[in-house]
This record gives sequence, structure tokens and C-alpha cells, in this order.
Amino acid sequence: MNWHSWSEFLAMGGYGLYVWGSYAVTLVVLIGEIVALVMRRRGVIARLAQFYAARRRNDETEA
Amino acid sequence: MNRSRRFSWFVFSSPQSFYPLAGTLQPWFAALAFLLCAAGLYISFFVAPTDAQQGESYRIIFIHVPAAWMSMFLYLVMGFWSGVGLVLNTRLSSMVATALAPTGALFTFIALWTGALWGKPTWGTWWVWDARLTSELILLFLYIGFMALQAAIDDPRRADKAGAVLALVGVINIPIIYFSVQWWSTLHQGASVSMKSAPTMAATMLLGMLIMALGFWMYSIAAVLARVRCVILERERHTEWVMEEVGGQA
Repeated sequence: MNWHSWSEFLAMGGYGLYVWGSYAVTLVVLIGEIVALVMRRRGVIARLAQFYAARRRNDETEA
Repeated sequence: MNRSRRFSWFVFSSPQSFYPLAGTLQPWFAALAFLLCAAGLYISFFVAPTDAQQGESYRIIFIHVPAAWMSMFLYLVMGFWSGVGLVLNTRLSSMVATALAPTGALFTFIALWTGALWGKPTWGTWWVWDARLTSELILLFLYIGFMALQAAIDDPRRADKAGAVLALVGVINIPIIYFSVQWWSTLHQGASVSMKSAPTMAATMLLGMLIMALGFWMYSIAAVLARVRCVILERERHTEWVMEEVGGQA
């Protein structure tokens, strides 16, 4: 075990800002991508449902 | 022999059959990514010892090196599928290339960002214009250029072709990044892990790095599969099966 306390773990031997700055940004970027992908999928499905509904109404008016 | 009975892998080159396959595989890759990253992080912080020269700041390399590997590897995969799409005119190959670009760009950004945060305490500077750092920055611009070019062209098939040419020309940058530390005198150190010789680092450090790399790899596959499913729905929206998939009635 490398660490004897939480504060020692967070301090990272004086390099805390650099180490946690790296890990935090990586985490934010990857979670951001996951959220963006979930939102994109929902958006695509909602837009396509609208597109099909509009096309159906259009077909009915023509018929 | 009845050829029609033989199973062919080309069946998955159709977006319609690849879409459900990607949907089935995606959660497994996501779960693997989560487990591998959790194990990798545990080793990175609790098993791997403090570095004799760099102290604790070296722990940044557990994400820096895997992210840099992924940034180059994903570009090669993107170039490969772009080339296949260009030569064989297969729609799905180009869609996969399109889906790879954002994840590749993100890993390039992570490699540059963590590199800067490692460079400051180790070299005393966030950034230098040496060959390794500059060529990695060019890689980021190649990814962004690929996405911008494809977004600027309305016709998807023309966007595929234009993007593919850009992606293939940019492949030349990958060996430049990889060998830059040998070809030029760079501030960036040489590879600690190579195919030719034994790694010059402690076994637990190497293990942590490799597991993180595997985790990033599985993450990339999961993210790209999720994105290619969106691209398929968008681009195949005029087909019956997408309409049924989305739940619209005929």
C-alpha cells in the first residue's frame, strides 16, 4: 500500500494538481462522450419519428 | 455445392444486419471497459510503487500512454475503413470511419492534455514544439478536419469519399508520430515499451498501463458501436426496417 491517509493520497507527493488534473479531465471527457451518445440516440429516434409522422400525414392528404 | 447455404461474413457489411449485431455486442464491450479500467486504476494507484525519479507525478502515464496509443490506433482503423469504403464502395465501412473520428479526437486531446500536465513538473514546461508533441497535435487537427469536411458536405456518399481521401493522406502522420522520438532529437523520451526489447519499467507499472490500454480499447469499441448505430439510423432512414426499428407505422 502506497498511502497512509486520505490527505496523503490526495496530495500525491506534492503533484496532486497535475495527477488529479489529468484524471479528472479524462473522466469528464469520457463521461461527456457517453452522455453525448445517449442524447444523440434519443435525438435521432425522436427526429425520425417526427419525420415518419409528417410523411404519413402528407401521404394521407394526397390520397 | 450450394453456395447460398454457406455463411458469409459479408452479411454484416449490410447496415441492416450490422445494426442489431452492434446493439448486442455494445453492452459487453462497455462492461469489459468498466471492469478493466477499474482494475487498471486500482493497480495504478495502489499496487504500482512510487517512481524513484519522478515521484508520484509519473502516475499520469497510466492514462497518458494508453490514450496516446489509442489516438494513433483509432486513426489507423479509421484510415483502414475509409480505404475499404473508397475501394469497395461499401456504405457501412464509411459509416464506421465516420463513427471512429470523434472518439479518436477525444483520445488525442486526452494524450495532449495529460502530457502537458506531466511535462510541467517533469520538464518544467507545459508544451514544446518538438517533433513528438507537434505531430500529435497535427493528429488532432486531422481528426477535426475529417469531421469538419464530412459535416460540410450534404451528400453522404460524397462526404464519405472526401473524408476517406483526407483520412488516407493523414495516415502518413502515424509513423511520423511513432518514430519521431528516434528520428529527431526530442524532449519527449523514447518508448519505454516496444516490440523489440524488454520494457524498461517495473512489472506492476507495465501491468497497470497495459490493463488501462485494454480498458480504453474496449471503451473505444463500445463508443464507436453506439455511434455507428446512430449514423446507420440517420442515413438509412428511407428504408422500411429503420422505420420499423424507430416504431413508426407504415
